[in-house]
Amino acid sequence: MMRLRMYYPVLVSALLIVALHLVLAAAHATYYMTQVTMSAYYALVVIGLCLLMGYAGQASLGHAGFFAIGGYTSAVLTTCNLSAFRDAPAIAALRSIGLVVQWQDLYGKEVLSFSPWLAFGAALLLAGLIALVIGLPVIRLKGHYLAMATLGFGLIVYRIVLGAQLFGRADGVSNVPAFRLVDGLQVNGRALFRVQNYYIAWVVVLAAMVLAINLVHSRVGRALRSIHQSEEAAHSLGVDTYRYKLATFVLSALFAAVGGVLLTHYNGSIGPSEATVMKSVRYVAIVAVGGMANLWGALVMGVLLNFLSLRGVFGTYDDAVFGAILILIMLFAPNGLLRVPNLRAVSSVGRASALAFQRVVRGRTTSTRRSHG
Amino acid sequence: MGKRLAVVLSILIVGLVLGAPQSGKREKSPKQKAKQAAATPIKVGAIFAVTGGASNLGAPEQKTAMMFVEKLNSAGGINGQKITLIVKDSGSKPENAISLTKQLIDEEKVLAIIGPSTSGETMAIKNICQEGKTILLSCAAAEDIVNPIASWVLKTPQKDSDAVRRIYQTMKDMGITKIGVVTSNDGFGVAGGAQLAKLAGEHGITIAISEVYDKQATDLTDVLTKIKGQDVKAVVNWSIVPAQSLVAKNMKQIGLDVPLFQSHGFGNIKYVQAGGEAANGTIFPCGRLLVAESLPGSNPQKKVLMSYKQDYEKRYKEDASTFGGHAYDALLILTEAIKKAGSADPAKVRDAIENLKGVVGTGGIFSFSPQDHNGLNQDAFEMLTVKNGKFAIYEKKK
Amino acid sequence: MNFPQIVQYSLSGITVGSIYAITAIGFNIVYCTTGVINFAQGEFLVVGAMTAISLSRVVPLPVAIALAVLLTTALGGLIELVFIRRARDASVLRLIVITIGLSIVIREAMLHIWDETVRSLPYFTGTTVSTITILGAHISPQILWVLGVSAVIVTALTLFFRFTTVGRAMRACSDDRMAARLCGINDRWMVTLSFMLSAGIGALAGCVISPVTQTQYDMGAPLAIKGFTVAILGGLGNSMAAVVAGLFLGLLEAFTVSQFAAAYKEVVAIVVLLLILVFRPSGLFARRDVSALRTA
Repeated sequence: MMRLRMYYPVLVSALLIVALHLVLAAAHATYYMTQVTMSAYYALVVIGLCLLMGYAGQASLGHAGFFAIGGYTSAVLTTCNLSAFRDAPAIAALRSIGLVVQWQDLYGKEVLSFSPWLAFGAALLLAGLIALVIGLPVIRLKGHYLAMATLGFGLIVYRIVLGAQLFGRADGVSNVPAFRLVDGLQVNGRALFRVQNYYIAWVVVLAAMVLAINLVHSRVGRALRSIHQSEEAAHSLGVDTYRYKLATFVLSALFAAVGGVLLTHYNGSIGPSEATVMKSVRYVAIVAVGGMANLWGALVMGVLLNFLSLRGVFGTYDDAVFGAILILIMLFAPNGLLRVPNLRAVSSVGRASALAFQRVVRGRTTSTRRSHG
Repeated sequence: MGKRLAVVLSILIVGLVLGAPQSGKREKSPKQKAKQAAATPIKVGAIFAVTGGASNLGAPEQKTAMMFVEKLNSAGGINGQKITLIVKDSGSKPENAISLTKQLIDEEKVLAIIGPSTSGETMAIKNICQEGKTILLSCAAAEDIVNPIASWVLKTPQKDSDAVRRIYQTMKDMGITKIGVVTSNDGFGVAGGAQLAKLAGEHGITIAISEVYDKQATDLTDVLTKIKGQDVKAVVNWSIVPAQSLVAKNMKQIGLDVPLFQSHGFGNIKYVQAGGEAANGTIFPCGRLLVAESLPGSNPQKKVLMSYKQDYEKRYKEDASTFGGHAYDALLILTEAIKKAGSADPAKVRDAIENLKGVVGTGGIFSFSPQDHNGLNQDAFEMLTVKNGKFAIYEKKK
Repeated sequence: MNFPQIVQYSLSGITVGSIYAITAIGFNIVYCTTGVINFAQGEFLVVGAMTAISLSRVVPLPVAIALAVLLTTALGGLIELVFIRRARDASVLRLIVITIGLSIVIREAMLHIWDETVRSLPYFTGTTVSTITILGAHISPQILWVLGVSAVIVTALTLFFRFTTVGRAMRACSDDRMAARLCGINDRWMVTLSFMLSAGIGALAGCVISPVTQTQYDMGAPLAIKGFTVAILGGLGNSMAAVVAGLFLGLLEAFTVSQFAAAYKEVVAIVVLLLILVFRPSGLFARRDVSALRTA
């Protein structure tokens, strides 16, 4: 019974998405879908970050780095021209199974490159590996040290994509081809495919939401929440806090990478501006305003704020708006604007015992905290 | 919870619908269209980096564009039609440029887009404009913008390769063969660095050392010390950021007393002012805007340059720069083409642009063709120098 | 590399190093009393310089700088009163996020107040081409000003914290806020004072480096990043260590340029930051127990 109830929002969202399409079509305004689609891909990053910050309680000021890793890997692999290696056996073999494809770019040039599916897989693999390697030493850190470390990671990614010839340096990678999912469905930004891409994006986002909801309502999710509320208590209860935090970190990195890959194919290009500190800060602002531990809040705010920002509604005050949001939310509504009681899924017995432990543990930690100022 | 969510999303939908600019646009008959064309203003879009990393470029471009259109409209427009300029700020971000481009093409249905300010943004929207059959007159310098040629995409800044050629020719005249090159790590710097490396051999120049610095660098003494160690006879700096002045100052401060060549990114008196005495003696290729007053009356560009310079400085109380000039040229070319084509039909205007010859702009005299979507050659550049804190035409030492 | 070159690189490194050190000291002052890393620290340098540049058009340079420092100090206090005090009971993460938001808002405010053009204060002594020779290396006299002012700031702060009542009260707050309160120290005002102090020294530093680095509205963030790298490298809260760490990072960057492509210069600081956080987060000159900073 409870299992079905938690999916109601997904159904409602799906209906609303279809409704939005119909409304826009009736108003001859389907061009809004462009920004909605782009925002949906950015929202993937936000969903992952919400899991990390809200449920696992780990700050990340470098998540744009994972988005960039996903996007750039995919861009480079699908635009590198392997024509020179056409006759190499490895390339021929890959070609026969469709992992290397031949296509024509806009200027009539024949390009032989890796298929978008291969690039997608490689991007996810790379993002996951890097998240693991970074996470292993970094997740151990607390508070501002963790924040600094993730910031440092984001900066390194930015410097690499800005400085390396392979990644197009300051101009980034353009002429990224469409991503053919199946026959008839492809991720690209052309006007003809606008409605199709709108639905592709939302299917991916809702799938991500289903995954996230499942996670949150599972044993893993409960473990995460217990870690967030009181790490010491959770640890003393036998929860392997380190492993859960690391797993969430990697998962959130993968979400971001998927967003990066798909948006890169949609836009047809990617640049170093996707890896900046400001982008990471924006993601954090969105999670904060949506409610740290509120997946749906994060999604709604992610789509809404990115939509407005992409349409230039904020004009020259774009960054200032996000900065102001951060300040105001953190001061006045630290639980976000769209609040959701997240204890509903936990059974009442579990909740009582969790609260009891909290009281016990808080009593001890309060006094130690005070003495350190 | 589901209720809250539903409420929020409904508000979103309502907001979008209310915001939809013109709902229910229906196709009009040709006769109606013609009648309307005479009265309806021509929509032109513009995307500039008014804020963000490239604001040095975007802000003057935006001011120039607005000034140009106002002047044009107050003079009656083109053939009675006024121009509506829709300016968007991309914040120097390609993804914003993409979204704004699609807005301008799909929603506003603009005839043409002026800008963007940087090469990265231009490359990101090049294919979109090509597929959207919307004229793009970019204010960015990269050669990639017009190579390979996309039939709807053009650019107004002069070619980097021409600037490099002029620099190397001047060096040859001065007997300099061994040089050091420093470039910034943004698109402009990288492109310039590539051209410098490519054309060095054929002009007999040896680049002894080439270094890249961060565009936000605040001190370049270490990089220049490294250059100094190579015993070079001249230094070329290729950037468009304020670090240009730093190079000049740091060179003198560490005792690297060799001629300094800058790129056409130096085209703003503010960089000379920031460099103070250190800027004197800099040699660089540039559009003639900066020395408009010293041009002889017979110079074909003088009238346009003086008029632009005076208008800009009077209105905005700041010195005109060549960056703003790129936007001026873009609008000039567009409006000349519309006049020539006698209509605002995109394909006709585009064809008219490709047949424009001898249009006198701020960056040079433009002559387009289907194979040349830039329209300028080496003559667009004048070698300039700095004397007593002011720009002057560089005279070859006999 | 010959000797004059080594001296040249060293001077280059020491110059930027002292700027990093001053920024790090600003971080440390606030960190000591609140446990928060104030991301807006970099902006104080820029605000101070911008204000001084605008004022220097109407009043003589020293007056302009003094006024700019005072105004920025007031700004620091205002920020603390309006934003930080309200969030006193918040978690460290929340406060960090607030300071990030503040740094963004201040930067955008500067963009809209002053616009994007780069500007600088005139050189205190000499011009843009003046140069002094030291041990075969040539530097601008402004470098000596930077080093001199940095030394004065560090000395003054050390004396302040050691010998004045207020300074000692601030140190008491940083050691144990509850105990300090019990002694009758108004810890809330100490926090405000720490913000004001860090803003003031930031502004002074910003003014003295303005002729060297030029001032643009978005300079604050990169400087802040280097600043807290240095602060963490030395050990958060330890200002003397920050000085050493700052000079170390500056020299490391300068000598990296001498041996490798200059393009790697910016990566050095980030790599140092990550290495320190992974291996020794308490800093090179650790005072506190390392385990208090880690979990599991």
